[in-house]
Amino acid sequence: MLGYLARRLAQAAVIVAFVAAISFALIHLAPGDPFSAVMDNPNVSESVRQTLRAQYGLDKPLPEQFVRYFGQLARGDLGWSFSHDRPVLEVLDTALPNTLLLMSVALIGSFSLGILIALVQVARRGSVVDHTLSGLTLFLFSMPDFWFAILSLLAFTYWLPIFPVGGAVDAVMHEYMGLGARIADRLRHLTLPALTLTVLAAGGIARYQRAALLEVLPADYIRTARLKGLTERQILRRHALRNAFLPIISIIGLSFPALLTGAFFIEKIFAWPGMGLAVVTAISSRDYPLVVGGVIIGSIMVTLGSLLADLLYAWADPRIRDH
Amino acid sequence: MPGQIRESAITSLPRPRESTFALGLRRVLRKPSSRVALVILGTIVLVGLIAPFIAPYDPAAQPDIVGLKSLAPSLAHPFGTDPYSRDVLSRVIYGARLSLTIGLLATLVSLTLGVAYGATAGYAGGIVDAVMMRVLDAFLAIPRLLLLLGILVAWPQLSVGALILFLGLTGWFGLSRIVRGQVLALKHAEFVTAAQALGASRRRILARHLLPNLISPIVVAATVGVAHVIVLEAGLSYLGIGVPQPLASWGNIIQDGSDQVATLWWMSLFPGLFMVLTVMTLNILGEALRDAYDRR
Repeated sequence: MLGYLARRLAQAAVIVAFVAAISFALIHLAPGDPFSAVMDNPNVSESVRQTLRAQYGLDKPLPEQFVRYFGQLARGDLGWSFSHDRPVLEVLDTALPNTLLLMSVALIGSFSLGILIALVQVARRGSVVDHTLSGLTLFLFSMPDFWFAILSLLAFTYWLPIFPVGGAVDAVMHEYMGLGARIADRLRHLTLPALTLTVLAAGGIARYQRAALLEVLPADYIRTARLKGLTERQILRRHALRNAFLPIISIIGLSFPALLTGAFFIEKIFAWPGMGLAVVTAISSRDYPLVVGGVIIGSIMVTLGSLLADLLYAWADPRIRDH
Repeated sequence: MPGQIRESAITSLPRPRESTFALGLRRVLRKPSSRVALVILGTIVLVGLIAPFIAPYDPAAQPDIVGLKSLAPSLAHPFGTDPYSRDVLSRVIYGARLSLTIGLLATLVSLTLGVAYGATAGYAGGIVDAVMMRVLDAFLAIPRLLLLLGILVAWPQLSVGALILFLGLTGWFGLSRIVRGQVLALKHAEFVTAAQALGASRRRILARHLLPNLISPIVVAATVGVAHVIVLEAGLSYLGIGVPQPLASWGNIIQDGSDQVATLWWMSLFPGLFMVLTVMTLNILGEALRDAYDRR
């Protein structure tokens, strides 16, 4: 297990290094000075321009710039966000907990919902229920994140005003609330964005899980269980689900990019103050360092997610770690 | 054990008269769900093709920016009008044309790259393969939307052609991994060894013996890939860095109404419905194709 862990960690480190190289290429493939929008902007003060040029060493040869850039990244320096007038890392650091909260609630929610749907489908495979749910999950799977988020905003904040329109807390009243009311306020604001992301992600997970369950059902041990006289429900719960859990673990890693991308749109639409909102807002103000910083942090999150899933997988399935 | 099964399957199967590709297509068409999907998709494609003849208004015309501004759906404007007094139905119809074209062309770019890269890595093997795969891992670790954000923010005011290119350039990673796996598996198949023994060149083996066996995964990837690009393009346009503004794409129309989602609901609802129908039918067909080919 330790050897596997070390190998997998090294792999993740190599990937992150490559991501850094790609982001460097992104910055330098851009036409002209990557900060020309900033440099030409009369609102940007001379000192910021100086800092930017010095920080990115734009006058130095490319290999030297690359080494510098790499060193800065290694120290956690993602550059200067001029729209916030703060280091990029600081901006993302304040936003990240909100994104992680949204994503983890949606992760747990969508896996529970997805697995539940798949179990219902497999228990009644071939029935009308199965087909209807298949249609529903495909519909959700095909749904563009941002459009679904717009619809859910329309439906539950305007047409049926159950939830607040946006933000993580009530902008005015939150400061004056007691502890209990504050928590309630946070939950009220979290529910709709988290639910939207949950439902969006559940479609794909249910489809994957249904296929995984159907794959283990013809196995010999299932037949044995059936011959032992177990009911279909017992077989599903005790034998099929347990073995179909392995693919579930591996899609936790695979679902990370989709969850992150979904969170970007959902944060924008629900004004949820996370990393996605910060990056998306940075687009319109052409705050390039912040966007690239978001790309790097997002990629690191995805890499860590798949690393975590792989380790879980190895822990659950000894066949993997011994190879 | 699995190797044994594969080998005997290859040698004992009689060569089908019909290609596996045609056989798969026939299996797909036998399913009612894929036939319905095909009809719906065909209709949307047709709408895009004959857009100039069926669109009731000019999609770019702003006839009366005061009087016809932001009208709710009515008989004259079934999908309403936008804040610039443009007819939303006409824009959705033209949007079909643009969104589908972008989806198709970008996917074509991805397929070419993905097949070339995957086949090279799989056929070369060894250290070349290992390095190529590690590079691929890095690209796969960056969510496609984020990668595109990083690229597109640097290039303000991109043309549609450039957007297609970038959408294509960021969409081949998954496919090339599949292609590489297939090539790797087939490299030592007996028919390849036979071709080598007969003195066929590498290029000939790749083109004549390996590529035909890759058609099924490629077709599946293409179908799902078009759906993916359509969603991505719409998302990017919604964020304001996709299709340049006066043009009508589904994402752009939604973007035009995004400041007042609640009052201008028709501007998000109708283009979105078309988008979901397109993406869903493509996914149904993609899945049916996968099932048909996987059966073997």
